Amino acid sequence: MSRQNTRLDVKKVNSELFTLTYGAIVSQLMKDYENVEDVNKQLDRMGYNIGVRMVEDFLARTNAGRCYDLRETADKIQYAFKMYLGITPALTNWSAAGDEFSLTFDTNPLTEFVELPDNYQNLKYSNILCGALRGSCEMVQMDVSCWFVQDQLKGDLATELRIKFNKRLEDAIPAGED
Amino acid sequence: MTVYSILIVDRVGTILYRKQWNQSGISSEEWAKLMYGMLFPVKTFESTISPLDPNFNFLCSNTGNYAIHYYESESGAKFVLNTDNTVQNIRDLLQKLYAEIYVEYVVKNTECEMGRPIESELFKLKLDQFIKEHFMKSVQ
Repeated sequence: MSRQNTRLDVKKVNSELFTLTYGAIVSQLMKDYENVEDVNKQLDRMGYNIGVRMVEDFLARTNAGRCYDLRETADKIQYAFKMYLGITPALTNWSAAGDEFSLTFDTNPLTEFVELPDNYQNLKYSNILCGALRGSCEMVQMDVSCWFVQDQLKGDLATELRIKFNKRLEDAIPAGED
Repeated sequence: MTVYSILIVDRVGTILYRKQWNQSGISSEEWAKLMYGMLFPVKTFESTISPLDPNFNFLCSNTGNYAIHYYESESGAKFVLNTDNTVQNIRDLLQKLYAEIYVEYVVKNTECEMGRPIESELFKLKLDQFIKEHFMKSVQ
């Protein structure tokens, strides 16, 4: 991998190139796996692997401190979307207990130019986002679940990504200690 | 300003990288284990006993002739720098080490598997340069 890529200003990466590359990945996965469920799983896994590395970059760049509640975390996630995808999702639909919320997107850069064929209605096209969120939260000691509630690709008005906080992960104890 | 050794441990306690510029008589592996074995309980102790916000991410400990500096990123990467007594307050420096060396050359390097000891020569080189740059008179 060339080092030059990393020096490229984030804002200057062509979003169409990004969108089309992602589209090519998904369609290649569809060819390779032939099964929508497997593709969903694979996208989630890819996202997870991206997330665990991306969060380090986020921490290094923003110098972000620890979050004390989920609302703070939500703000940081919102900021990260702005930073990495250039979109600012709205934080909506907080659950009463404050452990669940939704990110609502008016536009999703991943799904520009995309139309889902009728027989692929179960495909979670942007599932990579769920994986990335799960992976990055796990690295900061949070176990979360993410899933799509609404998707513009399936005819909904907006794309809604739900995030649920499950539990705090404890620090690992070094081997040989209890 | 002298740097004796550096140790990098990941969030689950795997030793990612260690380097000693001055031998202390025990094997490098043993040294790393001792160091981490000492720091982990201290960290737990600190966060339990702290009268204020238990947000632990820096620790500095001085002995008669050397100092141990410890920095932990929010993602759990731990950096331990062993220096002589004249080095003080290097939290920012360790953070810089995390952001500019660890993240740039390990996290963003797909050849470096997460949670495995770091093999990358580029990282080793950059780390060496970083230490030399910031602790000029130190590394022989």
